[in-house]
Amino acid sequence: MRITVTVDGTTYTDEVEPRQLLVHYLRETIGKVGTVIGCDTSNCGACTVHLDGQSVKSCSVLAVQVDGSEITTVEGLARDGRLHPVQQAFHDNHALQCGFCTPGMIMQSIDLLAENPDPDENAVRHGLEGNLCRCTGYQNIVRAVRDAAHKMRPGAGPDAERVEHSPSHAVGGE
Amino acid sequence: MTATIEPEVGKARLRKEDERLITGRTRWTDNLTVPGLLHLAFLRSPSAHAKILAIDVAAAVRLPGVIAVITGRDIAQAQGSLPCAWPITPDMKAPPAPSLAVDQVNFAGEAVAVVVARSAVEAHDALEAIDVDYEDLPVVLDMEAAVADGADLVHPDLGTNKSALWVFDSAEAGTGGDVETAIAEAEVRIERTYRQQRLIPAFMEPRSVLVDPTGPQITMWSSTQVPHILRLMLALTTGTPEHKIRVIAPDVGGGFGGKLQVTPEEVVAMVVAQRLGKPVKWTESRSESLVSAHHGRDQIQKLTLTAKRDGTVTGLKVELLADMGAYLRLVTPGVPILGAFMFNSIYKFPAYRFACTNVFTTKTPTDAYRGAGRPEATFAIERLMDELAAELGRDPIEVREQNWIRNDEFPFTTVCGLEYDTGNYEAATARAKELFDYDGLRAEQRERRERGDSVQLGIGVSTFTEMCGLAPSRVLGSLSYGAGGWEHAAVRMLPSGKVEVVTGSSAHGQGHETAWSQIVADQLGVPFEDVEVLHGDTQVSQKGLDTYGSRSLTVGAMAVLKAGEKVIAKARVIAAHLLECAEDDLEFAGGKFTVKGTEKATGLTDIALAVFAAHDLPDGVEPSLDSEATYDPENFSFPHGTHLCAVDVDTETGFVKIRKYVCVDDIGTVVNPIIVEGQVHGGLAQGLAQALYEEAVHDESGTLTTGTLADYLVPSAVDLPHFDTDRTETPSTTNQLGVKGVGEAGTIASTPAVVNAVVDAVRHFGVRDIQMPCTPQRVWTAINGGPTDAGGLGNEAGGGLGSIDASGGAL
Repeated sequence: MRITVTVDGTTYTDEVEPRQLLVHYLRETIGKVGTVIGCDTSNCGACTVHLDGQSVKSCSVLAVQVDGSEITTVEGLARDGRLHPVQQAFHDNHALQCGFCTPGMIMQSIDLLAENPDPDENAVRHGLEGNLCRCTGYQNIVRAVRDAAHKMRPGAGPDAERVEHSPSHAVGGE
Repeated sequence: MTATIEPEVGKARLRKEDERLITGRTRWTDNLTVPGLLHLAFLRSPSAHAKILAIDVAAAVRLPGVIAVITGRDIAQAQGSLPCAWPITPDMKAPPAPSLAVDQVNFAGEAVAVVVARSAVEAHDALEAIDVDYEDLPVVLDMEAAVADGADLVHPDLGTNKSALWVFDSAEAGTGGDVETAIAEAEVRIERTYRQQRLIPAFMEPRSVLVDPTGPQITMWSSTQVPHILRLMLALTTGTPEHKIRVIAPDVGGGFGGKLQVTPEEVVAMVVAQRLGKPVKWTESRSESLVSAHHGRDQIQKLTLTAKRDGTVTGLKVELLADMGAYLRLVTPGVPILGAFMFNSIYKFPAYRFACTNVFTTKTPTDAYRGAGRPEATFAIERLMDELAAELGRDPIEVREQNWIRNDEFPFTTVCGLEYDTGNYEAATARAKELFDYDGLRAEQRERRERGDSVQLGIGVSTFTEMCGLAPSRVLGSLSYGAGGWEHAAVRMLPSGKVEVVTGSSAHGQGHETAWSQIVADQLGVPFEDVEVLHGDTQVSQKGLDTYGSRSLTVGAMAVLKAGEKVIAKARVIAAHLLECAEDDLEFAGGKFTVKGTEKATGLTDIALAVFAAHDLPDGVEPSLDSEATYDPENFSFPHGTHLCAVDVDTETGFVKIRKYVCVDDIGTVVNPIIVEGQVHGGLAQGLAQALYEEAVHDESGTLTTGTLADYLVPSAVDLPHFDTDRTETPSTTNQLGVKGVGEAGTIASTPAVVNAVVDAVRHFGVRDIQMPCTPQRVWTAINGGPTDAGGLGNEAGGGLGSIDASGGAL
């Protein structure tokens, strides 16, 4: 089947097998390997992306279902060389170690903050319940999400993805 | 040259590694591709123990996209036998370990055939078309039954299910007294049997391997912790000369010991790629990972602790059954032995005996999992110390303090003959009690107990130590390990003054790039940003022993430091020449050589450029500052700490909620406090998970019933508490950096703290043990008049599956 989909701002038209999962389309067909696969039962959330602005586990969506949609992956968050505030917060708070769960964790965190711009610790923990991390014990992830919430006030959303946060791309070693 | 003024070591540097990882610019093995790549899919045995009568691949071969279907018989010679590098005794029994089973399968999930196809989906589709004719054999699931007379055998050719018996006895070793005498004369005797349930490392990145045989060297990219060990072992296993193999560990998504392995899939991928002359890739599914990647823990611990009535411990006897699973993988037999010297922990036992029987079963092989042997030992002793306190009616911290090595007694030689260099158990415990409000919570506990609150408060203590920095090579030699414990590093001064550091310690999330940069920046006086750390490719980092056992900083970074010292020594000769002075007149600080008492100076950057030009060097001096070093530690390091856990146990439902968790660790000098805290958090999470959530459960036919992340309960953010962490800092004296290692501390310490807390909450119901994981069902059963050990060992329906409920403790 033929689908047309916009991923991280670029429009693609491809023939896909009806059984192909969105995550396989992203990784294998268009080379968006920043989005990863961590399980086969939709428990881990590593493959989370945004489908028309809502988070979704891309292992649980067929490629044919996203025909005509817009997808944002972790690769499409940084704008003009500036990290998204949630990306920056993950760095600032040491919210990742091996980094494998990080793409999904960041995408889900953004979705969480879009719904609740000022979540308390408990709300963050519940909002990320569907995303597993084996390295961090989650404490710094919770801290990062709350830090990002603080920095993005009054709230998340497309505007927050585009602007502010002065230390541009300020990752150590650059 | 910018001289760094504030030292980098100790600074809370944000990680260099993060930028790629948070933007999705990653190089996980499964992300990689090469022209003409073919894909592999493995057919795995559904039976735990069976003879393979026939495999019919004809239908599979005809399917679209399929290039070849290969069985164990097809590559029986080429695949060799998977290596075990740790023959713990001269008479250890080790069965042949084919990567693809040839005549017999010995655990459910063992690979029996591999499909090679143009795409991964076509390879998977073809698996269903392979027809294997199995003849079932009796399964061997329970360790105690497996070592009984007349037991069914996993490997009939061996004549027994016992692989080895390994003993340490302090009387025989001359390091202490005779434990049987201590038991005979004991005023107090605590006898317990504890079970270390089987766990699964469950790293987040599934394993993946890509082999390209088209270059002058065969290149393997693999999601491995051990690229250097893997290269050597591939050579020894397949007969391919070592210098014809290049191994690359690109980004690796966690390991926790689970990727400290030479896997069947790596060997098969290499053999198939060589046979076809084409590159091949395999990436596992999570279900494949949980059933076929090695498991961890799985011991039955029979323990006797003796003491005087005044609380002074007099002896400790440990008898273990350790489940090897169906085969001996890379270090399988040695994992329980890594705990042999840790059961005595921080306490002054005068007599000690440890005897471990390694047992084969028809289950997935076990091997290293975070802590490897030491969590099991720490759990046993810390549970026993609480039991001793309960027996004596005393506070568990007080009983520990009475028996631990006092700060003024270091260095201290233990009953195992290990010399602990430093430690301050008093300071860590005092700080932990303060953060925890120990006295306040004890008062609340009394009040709620008297009131008969339906939710009872329990307080658990764990004052642990561990041995880190694997390892002095001579010690490994004395334990019959097949390699040394050194690490290699190189420091390269580039003409522009930038620095490349090569380390044999290949990171997979630990932050080596950041920490090593901090150390080198201080040592050479260069900016943190000017240091690039290279690792994980045998063409770049030609030598190393890799990352496990909390060894990277204590051994790997020490090698970096030694290489840096050689760079400075080489530069000193040239600086003296350029400054026209004697070498002894030079001081090196902040990246500059200065003639003592003068303003005359030259920087390392200038010297690097002068060496590059090589126009004006002293006679006979090689035009290079680049240096390498191989560092072999003299002793282990001994991190320690005090962990305190408060749980609320709902006595009506058995539900356990962690209310407060405080830990104060002493890991010596800290290079980067942010990274250290992250390591502690992650370690705690895995230790807590063993106490409350995780267990690999098999049914009566040997099928893993916790084979997905829906059943194997890796905790989510909701399942874990906030951790209050702090540190005391007693530098190690066994290495120049004063570091001790932190990778495993949280995991080793936390499991007994949690279980002690749970038991403490319900001890007044007559409960003295609850098996791990302490599920609501087990806790409720223990409270409500069930057997006091909540299930006992090996007497359950289904033949003693190492679980109180054959349906799965994870429910």
